[in-house]
Amino acid sequence: MFYFASAALIVIGIYMLMVKKNLIKMIVGLSIMDSGVNLLLISIGYIKGKTAPIIQPGVSPSNVVDPLPQALVLTNIVIGVSVTALALSVVIKVYKHYRSLNSSEVRDMKW
Amino acid sequence: MTKRILSIMALAVILFALFVVMSSTAPFGVDKTTVSHRYIYQGVKETGSANLVTAVVLNYRGFDTLGEVTVLFVAATGVGAALYSIRNPPRKKSKVEASLIVKTASKLLFPMMLLFGAYIFIHGHLTPGGGFQGGAVISTAFVFKYVSDTRYSIDHIAFTKMESAAGMVFAGLGITGLIIGGYFLMNILPNGTPGDLISAGILPIIYIAIGIKVGAELTGILDRMMGVES
Amino acid sequence: MDVAIGFLIIVMIILGVYAAETKDLMYAVVATMAVSLIVSLLFYMLQAPDVAMAEAAIGAGLSTAVFVLAIKKTERYEHD
Repeated sequence: MFYFASAALIVIGIYMLMVKKNLIKMIVGLSIMDSGVNLLLISIGYIKGKTAPIIQPGVSPSNVVDPLPQALVLTNIVIGVSVTALALSVVIKVYKHYRSLNSSEVRDMKW
Repeated sequence: MTKRILSIMALAVILFALFVVMSSTAPFGVDKTTVSHRYIYQGVKETGSANLVTAVVLNYRGFDTLGEVTVLFVAATGVGAALYSIRNPPRKKSKVEASLIVKTASKLLFPMMLLFGAYIFIHGHLTPGGGFQGGAVISTAFVFKYVSDTRYSIDHIAFTKMESAAGMVFAGLGITGLIIGGYFLMNILPNGTPGDLISAGILPIIYIAIGIKVGAELTGILDRMMGVES
Repeated sequence: MDVAIGFLIIVMIILGVYAAETKDLMYAVVATMAVSLIVSLLFYMLQAPDVAMAEAAIGAGLSTAVFVLAIKKTERYEHD
């Protein structure tokens, strides 16, 4: 079920990148795809019936889920927002220059 | 229109293939840990951190985290460089003022949000949370401040200095470990008892530095995007 | 529990398709924020509280702010 959800998010992201012409819409698609990949990694690390990887009194080490994908995804989320901000600032610059957000109109002019 | 239908059909095939590949190669809910056994069983003893995600992020893979912080810094610099030429220094007074409720609530909530962010990154080795989450909460507090007060602007020089100091603390701790123990980011302080606030060696110091750095950088990105004239 | 997770996933996919199809970019951004929020709930159910916290603070808070600022500086409606 979680695999299906993450695959659906990835496919929605690919669809937006393929079909849409608006630049901000494409970045929204990239962001949705990011969420899908994160969900996929976390659900690979999940083990049925085990708890979060925080060792407290009462939680034995044999009873926790895999901490490695969680560390990777933590990195990816922070990188994702900074990349999104960078892409959006480039889009703002493009809009100032061409007064348009349509990628085919922008591509026709030499850039 | 045919293009769109064709692409939807292709994507449906991709969806099905992705789902089949995922569930056949990595079945859901089954124990697949191999390298993490070391982290799970030895992590608390070796790093002193109760939160194993923190142990992996800062101790076993601390060098990667330094790289990640560098990526964040480069992205913030890139936003500044891309928007530099279309920036107007004094923030223009917007036509719409925030309502009384938003202003009063922001006065009350702003220090509490800062405190909550600091709590998250100081307790990063004990409870869920850490430098990245705490920094994000702090910059959300600044977003709130920007929304409520139309003339508010952060002190850029102080933010830059804080960010640089935090980055230097991280790199300096790494180099100190290199000098004393022979490898980068070695844990030079004693581990203490896992579960105490002052434990886990240098991990809390690094997480505080990361929290300040991430908070300052994300606030800086938002400030630069806010400063562009529309 | 399974029913709740299934409901959340269906709502999430509907919101994703809505974000892809709507012409108003502001609505698309808010739908993306809702997708992020539901993903963070799913992270919590998959026993990853650290990641859930990061996704809720960054995906649903900050990145929406960045998108809204960018839309304010450019134009709000998508036209073919």
